[in-house]
Amino acid sequence: MSFFRLFTILFALIVSFQPALASRIADTDLSSRIVALGAGGFDDLEKAIANLAASGDDRVPAVLDRLGNGELVVRKADGAVFFADKAGTDFRLTDPVTGSDAGLAPKATVEKVKVNNRIRRTIASAVGALTLISPDPAVRRAAAEAVMKSADAAAIPVLNQAIATETVADIRAMMMAARATALLASSASEADKVAAIAAIADLGSRDALGFLSGYTSTEGAVGDAARKAVAAIESRLMLWDIGQNLWYGLSLGSVLLLAAIGLAITFGVMGVINMAHGEMVMLGAYATFTVQEVIRTSWPGLFDYSLLIALPVAFLTAALAGILIERLVIRWLYGRPLETLLATWGVSLILQQTVRSIYGANNREVGNPSWMSGSFSVGDIQITWTRLWIILFAVAVFLALIAVLKRTRLGLEMRAVTQNRQMAAAVGIRTPLVDALTFGLGSGIAGLAGVALSQIDNVSPNLGRGYIIDSFMVVVFGGVGNLWGTLVGALTLGVANKVLEPYAGAVLGKIILLVAIILFIQKRPRGLFALKGRAVEA
Amino acid sequence: MSQIFDRRRMTLAAVLGALLASTMAGYAADDTIKVGVLHSLSGTMAISETTLKDTVLYLIDEQNKKGGVLGKKLEAVVVDPASNWPLFAEKARELISQDKVSVVFGCWTSVSRKSVLPVFKELNSILFYPVQYEGEESERNVFYTGAAPNQQAIPAVDYLMKEEGVQRWVLAGTDYVYPRTTNKILEAYLKAKGVAADDIMINYTPFGHSDWQSIVADIKKFGSAGKKTAVVSTINGDANVPFYKELASQGIKAEDIPVVAFSVGEEELAGIDTKPLVGHLAAWNYFESIDSEANAAFIDGWHKFIKNDKRTTNDPMEATYIGFNAWVKAVEAAGTTNTDTVIDTLVGTTVPNLSGGYATIMPNHHITKPVLIGEIQDNGQFDIVSKTAPVVGDEWSDYLEGSKDLISDWRKPLSCGNFNVVTGKCGGNS
Amino acid sequence: MIISFLVDSLDRRGRIVVILLVVLALLVPAGNLLVPEGSAFHVSTYQLTLCGKYLTYALLALSVDLVWGYCGILSLGHGAFFALGGYAMGMYLMRQIGARGVYADPMLPDFMVFLNWKELPWFWQGFDMAWYAFLMVVLVPGVIALLFGWLSFRSRVTGVYLSIITQALTYALLLAFFRNDMGFGGNNGLTDFKDILGFPIQAPGTRAALFAASALMLALGFVVASAVVRSKLGKVLVAIRDAESRTRFIGYRVEHYKLFVWTLSAVMAGVAGALYVPQVGIINPSEFDPSASIEAVIWVAVGGRGTLIGPLIGAVAVNFGKTWFTGVLPEIWLYALGALFVVVTLFLPRGIVGLWDRVVSRRAKPAPDVDGSGRQAGEAA
Repeated sequence: MSFFRLFTILFALIVSFQPALASRIADTDLSSRIVALGAGGFDDLEKAIANLAASGDDRVPAVLDRLGNGELVVRKADGAVFFADKAGTDFRLTDPVTGSDAGLAPKATVEKVKVNNRIRRTIASAVGALTLISPDPAVRRAAAEAVMKSADAAAIPVLNQAIATETVADIRAMMMAARATALLASSASEADKVAAIAAIADLGSRDALGFLSGYTSTEGAVGDAARKAVAAIESRLMLWDIGQNLWYGLSLGSVLLLAAIGLAITFGVMGVINMAHGEMVMLGAYATFTVQEVIRTSWPGLFDYSLLIALPVAFLTAALAGILIERLVIRWLYGRPLETLLATWGVSLILQQTVRSIYGANNREVGNPSWMSGSFSVGDIQITWTRLWIILFAVAVFLALIAVLKRTRLGLEMRAVTQNRQMAAAVGIRTPLVDALTFGLGSGIAGLAGVALSQIDNVSPNLGRGYIIDSFMVVVFGGVGNLWGTLVGALTLGVANKVLEPYAGAVLGKIILLVAIILFIQKRPRGLFALKGRAVEA
Repeated sequence: MSQIFDRRRMTLAAVLGALLASTMAGYAADDTIKVGVLHSLSGTMAISETTLKDTVLYLIDEQNKKGGVLGKKLEAVVVDPASNWPLFAEKARELISQDKVSVVFGCWTSVSRKSVLPVFKELNSILFYPVQYEGEESERNVFYTGAAPNQQAIPAVDYLMKEEGVQRWVLAGTDYVYPRTTNKILEAYLKAKGVAADDIMINYTPFGHSDWQSIVADIKKFGSAGKKTAVVSTINGDANVPFYKELASQGIKAEDIPVVAFSVGEEELAGIDTKPLVGHLAAWNYFESIDSEANAAFIDGWHKFIKNDKRTTNDPMEATYIGFNAWVKAVEAAGTTNTDTVIDTLVGTTVPNLSGGYATIMPNHHITKPVLIGEIQDNGQFDIVSKTAPVVGDEWSDYLEGSKDLISDWRKPLSCGNFNVVTGKCGGNS
Repeated sequence: MIISFLVDSLDRRGRIVVILLVVLALLVPAGNLLVPEGSAFHVSTYQLTLCGKYLTYALLALSVDLVWGYCGILSLGHGAFFALGGYAMGMYLMRQIGARGVYADPMLPDFMVFLNWKELPWFWQGFDMAWYAFLMVVLVPGVIALLFGWLSFRSRVTGVYLSIITQALTYALLLAFFRNDMGFGGNNGLTDFKDILGFPIQAPGTRAALFAASALMLALGFVVASAVVRSKLGKVLVAIRDAESRTRFIGYRVEHYKLFVWTLSAVMAGVAGALYVPQVGIINPSEFDPSASIEAVIWVAVGGRGTLIGPLIGAVAVNFGKTWFTGVLPEIWLYALGALFVVVTLFLPRGIVGLWDRVVSRRAKPAPDVDGSGRQAGEAA
């Protein structure tokens, strides 16, 4: 962007800012500056924004905000510019200067003022410079960030003024860094620039690295300082990178765990190879979608709780589907695992096609609730809320499952039936009921996995297919019939995958892992934690 | 055995019964012109291709309302190649030799097109291929109404250079031929524009890749080198949703690192919450948000035909629209559906497109298209921020070693799809 | 000698199958080439290639049955051997194009030219010679199967575990062949073949010959399989299927028997793939897709495993159904296929052949139990 142009704005801004913050210019002047926004292409628009910001009028940030949101329209008839709010198919127009209502306008009579990324950046830095001294700390923080990104020498005086009055420590630090980046871009003395580099290097973050890398090829003391600072930050970040990769591995492992743990029950505990397991996950994801749709249309206020509401729905949907499959198909095939494989494969085809017929082949949108959006940093490890919640969720599901198996009557009966069906029946356990419930439990957990996966993956009829092979690998690798094995297996495969990925690439990494599992099975045909004793031979 | 296979009537009755029953009733088979539709209705590609099948049926319906072609009604023959590439060739043969269709609209993936090519050459029929592709092909029996790389990728890169001042490039794609070729072309183009090799990062992922954490983090890292960075994405199909979700959750905003995609259209966005993605870009030759009368009429008719006014329209649909109308116009002009005559007549045929201009079929069997750049809006639509004059599709890229000397011109006397201007020979196609 | 030994090994039913296949190999091409179009006995080229494809599928099904029906090894990765054979043939056909590719490069296939490959990778060397390529059709699947089998059978990976790692094998190969860097053409695979053994591949005569070759190769495969299962070796295989540990304790080296039949079966699948490719005109990594291998298993199950005729019937019947359904009622096909899996496993554990036998034996005496569904499954659980 043009530094000269911004310089003029900010210069004008500082001049007009000095006397009072709540400054205003004449309505007609402001109006003509606003009308200029709707006049031409992006280049003209950028100039018009500069000109508007230069007015220093306290109504400007609102106008620029609405421009950035695409809510500014030009009336085709006379070129007048208005705020526009959707009212059915029409727009309700508001005069930006006076704030008075300008009536309804049909869509065809107005034209939106178009903005692109460049214009949005210009707006952000203009608004930033205008709001650095806002009474609201959140606004000041955003303003400081925006000014820092623009790295514009012209902003230094405003920053100085803002730093002098800033009381919140971390906003102040951000303003200092912003001033340092601006200083680097200015024609300040070499010593000042070296000091600025030191100030930025102190941040030590990836953003700081980004700013400094721009100066490593500069000649002289500035370049030297920049190179040194970059090297220091890079070596520090390298350690963090390892941590970051481990985090990614952990997060992938938790996804694998969620997908595989239901299988560990049906396959591991019951000896049923459930090829329709992936479809149970898919059912869970579609249940989430359906719940969100109902909430969106009927109780939009509950949207943030939609996932919590979806959890029991998904569990019950998948569990019921599982029980149905068990009663109709699988119970005829106990003791013939290879046949269950074929039959459940058939079931999976039918389920996929059913979902495709009901919901269509296209992907469905499942939204992130606000508490699952965004990310935060621990040191330089960036942690996204989605992944963190999924890891916690996987752990919770795992522990709950262990508790069910070890502490409840149902769990006891399940283990009894698994270990010796005849004996269990002889002591009065209703084995068919236990079979159905076990299968329902495994499927229900897959449904829970679907809720989590809907947050990071496609919700489409093919969702389950993508996870079925990986899930089997996890269970077989960990050792059939052992939930702890599944946990260790999932985490190992997740971390191994993510450690390999930077070196071998995503595809080759996966191939290496598959081959490694094939070889591992030769070494330990029954997995990492093999069950021992009579149960195995039965 | 031939009796077993003779089931054309049943096909039609079942698939089109409800649709065309009333119009077909009075016509014996001889009074219709048959149009083949070769799009997957099941399997992984059904998600994209089913829409195009419906588009062809819609266009045929409209044409029949106008009285058909050459005084005959058009009759669609729909088959399902089920996203299975050998099956594409088999079904193409079925359409041409068993059902005797005059023209086929079909295929989406490059591999399906490659699979049916020998069949169309052997049996001499016409295929209209409506999807953007990697170029490096020009066949006499195929008309390419989607974009070649120079009608999509290069203008998009130009836009980013000019408007956003991008100096560093991430070329991220799914590992198959379209991204590979496009990225090769872009790499050569960027280097020709003075971009250093260090400032280009190329990354390939498998189909349906779902864990994007590391790659998005790499992009972020690559983007923090003090130069304005952009991502050029040729990521295909289902992998896009997790990719964009990861971008959003790692907080990469369009103002910081814009992503321009060549395979993400209105249909793909329907599966994502687009609020965090506002400002990311896509390059196509058509967007649903185009403000033109032709587009408004097309969308209106489409909604009525499909009986759902929420269904989106997209670029390959426009390409199908152009191809279909060009074929109708050429058949009317030639007065026959004879393959050779129609192929010759098609070259030079000009029909309106949906963005308020015209598309002309060039001698290389590609068409002229304007290139549009759109920014993603929070409602899942694109806001058009740039539109070029019509560009001629360049089948043999000037930026690839092997193809820079090749040209294609199917007019007589050259009649060659891969003429080498240096050696003066038509490539060895027997 | 060998021939008479092989022919002697056929039972009455087997002889009928072989005679039928030989007749098919003669009549169908004749119906295509000699009978004029419009005659009721004319076989169109479309039908000819379609039937040729079914025959190669039948050979694949036969190979699956040999290990599953007679030795109890459920392979979910036989599609991999089929595809490897297909790729070997595809590489030969690619090299035959020579300088007739669009870039007129005398050496490199087109996909290498536009991806800027400068020279032919080492593993493409030699494929311009037919004998070498045909040897590779047999050797590549054979050696990979031998290696894989030697590792697995030696460490006694059985039942479900074996099924799952065969699936992992084909999945890993799928991913590998998708990679463009591997030099097998990535997702687009190998296509646009021109000629085979000097004959143009699209000529009616070549097509007819390929059909005949498929039929004869299937007949040969049938005779070999029949010789294997009716020999003493075959009896041991069935013993392994029904009670592996017991067979081992009696003193048989179970691994050796398994390895032999496993490798033989992989080679048969490879040959089937090699015949498949020139007839459909393309080979692409999707042939490695695990679901393709599982579909091959269902052909066997539908026809009747543990019989040699079953897989032939199953492969042809299911694929004919697929061709028919995807033309008439595309949406229904997956339902039908899914239901087929369920119904066959639940109600027809011995497939169509089993059903036929039951109907026949109602009138005669009860048939002996050749279905090994009970014991070997129990061992795996």
